[in-house]
Amino acid sequence: MTGMASETPAGDLRLANLTKRFGIFTAVDDLSLTIPQGSFFALLGASGCGKTTTLRMIAGLEEPTSGQVLLGDRDIARLRPYKRPINTVFQSYALFPHLTIFENVAFGLRRRGIRSVDDEVTRMLSLVQLDGFGPRRPAQLSGGQQQRVALARALINQPQVLLLDEPLGALDLKLRRQMQIELKRIQTEVGITFVHVTHDQEEAMTMADTVAVMNAGRIEQLGAPADIYEFPATAFVANFLGQSNLLAGEAAGTSGGEVAVTAHGARFSVPAGRSRADRGPVHLGVRPEKLHLVGSADQVPAGHQHVTGVVSDASYVGVSTQYLLRTGWGTELSVFAANSGTSARVPVGSEAVAYWDPRHAFLLPRDAADTDRTAPVLDEPVGASS
Amino acid sequence: MTLLAPTGSGQAPPAPPAARSGRHRLLPYLLLLPGAAWLLIFFGVPLVQLAAASLYDPGGSLSTGYALTWAFGNYPDVVQAYWPQFLRSFGYAGLALVLALLLGYPLAYAIAQKAGRWKNLLLVCVVAPMFTSFLVRTLAWKTILSDNGALVGLLRDVHLLAPDGRLLATPFAVVLGLTYNFLPFLVLPLYASLERLDYRLLEAATDLYASPVQAFRRVTLPLSMPGLVAGTLLFFIPASGDYINAELLGTPNEYMIGNVIDSAFLVRLDYPQGAALSFLLMAAILAVVFGYLRRAGTEEVL
Repeated sequence: MTGMASETPAGDLRLANLTKRFGIFTAVDDLSLTIPQGSFFALLGASGCGKTTTLRMIAGLEEPTSGQVLLGDRDIARLRPYKRPINTVFQSYALFPHLTIFENVAFGLRRRGIRSVDDEVTRMLSLVQLDGFGPRRPAQLSGGQQQRVALARALINQPQVLLLDEPLGALDLKLRRQMQIELKRIQTEVGITFVHVTHDQEEAMTMADTVAVMNAGRIEQLGAPADIYEFPATAFVANFLGQSNLLAGEAAGTSGGEVAVTAHGARFSVPAGRSRADRGPVHLGVRPEKLHLVGSADQVPAGHQHVTGVVSDASYVGVSTQYLLRTGWGTELSVFAANSGTSARVPVGSEAVAYWDPRHAFLLPRDAADTDRTAPVLDEPVGASS
Repeated sequence: MTLLAPTGSGQAPPAPPAARSGRHRLLPYLLLLPGAAWLLIFFGVPLVQLAAASLYDPGGSLSTGYALTWAFGNYPDVVQAYWPQFLRSFGYAGLALVLALLLGYPLAYAIAQKAGRWKNLLLVCVVAPMFTSFLVRTLAWKTILSDNGALVGLLRDVHLLAPDGRLLATPFAVVLGLTYNFLPFLVLPLYASLERLDYRLLEAATDLYASPVQAFRRVTLPLSMPGLVAGTLLFFIPASGDYINAELLGTPNEYMIGNVIDSAFLVRLDYPQGAALSFLLMAAILAVVFGYLRRAGTEEVL
C-alpha cells in the first residue's frame, strides 16, 4: 500500500521536554520519554494526570506549549493532525453516525485519495472479527463492536503509531478482558507502535511491554510492568499500581549490603539493591501478598522480619483472604493470604504476626512530614483536565 | 441490540392490556380533535372555497356576482398574463436563499460550536427582530436604503454607486429585504442541527487525514442536513409567496406573484384570477419542495 506509512522510515516516538499549559494549570510538565518502534506502551495515571493531553499532543489535536514530538528524526509537534502518520482510537469511538461501517473504516483511505478500498476494508473487518458488518450503521452495533470498528478504522491506515485513548473504558468488565487479549493479539500481528492511555492499572499491566506511570503531568516511573510492580520508584507508584504497605521510618546508612531502618520503634533491614534511599526519612514498603500471617512471633521463619498486631478485618474474596492487621501504633496493614488450603484462616480480633522476607521489601525516600501509607490511590480527578 | 436489564429506576409498570383497549385507545384522537377541527374550519373550508373561486366565470364581477362555470381556462390565462412575476418570485426567493445560506450557515455554526457562554445571547439577537412587526422592520429598511439616506450617500461618495444611482426600488433592495426578513427561519433549525454535532467527530475526521475542507464536506455538512433542509424550506416557502418586500422596497417592475394575488383580490377584485394564481403558487411550491426533498433525501423532515 502506498500510504503515509511508507513515506518515511518508521522510527521511535520521542517526546522531548513536552509541556502543555492551560492558563495557569500545567497539564503536562516537561515530559521526556522514548517509545521504541513496535512496542506496546501504556501511559497509566489517574484522571487529570495529563496522560490524555499527552496523547492529544502526539495526535496533533493539542498544540504543545513547548517541547518536541519526534517520530524518527522528524519533529511533528507543529504538524496538522491530518498530516501525521498517526491514528487514534478515541475514548468515545467517534464513529461517523451517518456513514456505514464500511465507509467508516474506509474514511482514512478515501481522504488520501485511494480508490480501491474494498479488499483493505474487508481484510480489516475480518481482523477485528466483524465480517459482514460493512453495510450496517454504527448505531446498530453494540459497544464492543463499535470499539472494534474504531480500531479497524484507525489500523487500516497503517499508521506508524496507533494511539488508544481509554479504548476499553466504556465496556463492561468481561468484554474488557476479552478486548485486552484481542488488542494484544492485533498489536503483535500488525507490529505497529501502540500508545495506550488508561487509568486501569490491570489493563496497563496485562497489555503493555512498557508502562509509564504519570502523576500531575510528570512521569513517576517507567519500565516493564513486573519491574515497576516489584520495585516501585515512589510512594505514589507503590499505591497506584496495586497496593503497598508503606511504613514511615528513618534509614541509618548501608552496612554489609543492608540498609538499616528504624520504624515505629522496631529495627528492620532492606537489601541495598532494593533501596532507593539509605539515609534520612524513608518509606519501608511491602506488598500485601508478600506478608504472611502467623499466630505468634516464634512461628516466624529465620531471616524474616515481622510486626505484630490485631486482625481487625478479614474479607474472603475467593482466591485469597484479605486481612487488615492493626499494629500497635494504629496503622492498618493489608495482608493478602492466598486460599491455597495450606494455612488456617485467622479469626478477626485475634493477635497475629505479619512477617516478610527482607528481599521482598523496598525502601523509598520520604518527605519528612509523610506518615504511613497503606491505602491504594483512588482514581479521582487531581486536576481540571484529563 | 442491547438486552434490557431490570434497572430498578422505579418506573411504573406498563398498564395491563385490558385497560388500554377502552378510553386509552381513543386518547390520541381526542388530543388531535381541537387541532383537526381548527384546520378543517380555517384551512380546509377556505381551501375548497378558493378552489371553487378559481373556476368561476371570469366575466363576472363583485357587483354582478360570480357563477361557477368550471372555467378551467382561468389557469392558462393567468399563466400567460403573469409568468414573469412567477419566475421573478422564485428567482428572488432563490437568490435570497443563497445569500441567507452564505450568511446563516457560518452564523449558525459559530453560535452552535464556538460561541461558548455567548450562545444564548447570540440566539436572542437572532430572534430579537421578531419582537417588532414584519411591516415595521421592512419600513425601517426603506429608510436605510432611501435616496437621501446615509448609506446611499456613502456609496455614491466612494463611487460604488453612480451619482444618480439608488438602492431603494431596485431588485437588490427586494432580495435584501427577503434575505433579512426570513434569515432567522433558516438559522434556527440549522443551529439546532449543528448544536448536536459532536466536535469529537471532527477531531476523528482530522485524525483520519481529512483536511478542514474535507472534514466539513464529509462530516459537518451531512450531519447538519436535517437542519439545512428544514431551514431552507422554512425560508424559501414564505419568501417566494411574499409581497411586502416587493411592495415596500421595490416598484411594479420588481413585483412578485404575491403582489399580483394581492391586487387581484383587493384592488382589481378579480376573484377567479386571484384564486387561480394562489392555487398555481401553491402547486409550484409543492413541486419545488418535493423535488428538493427527493434530492436531499432527508426522511426526518417529512
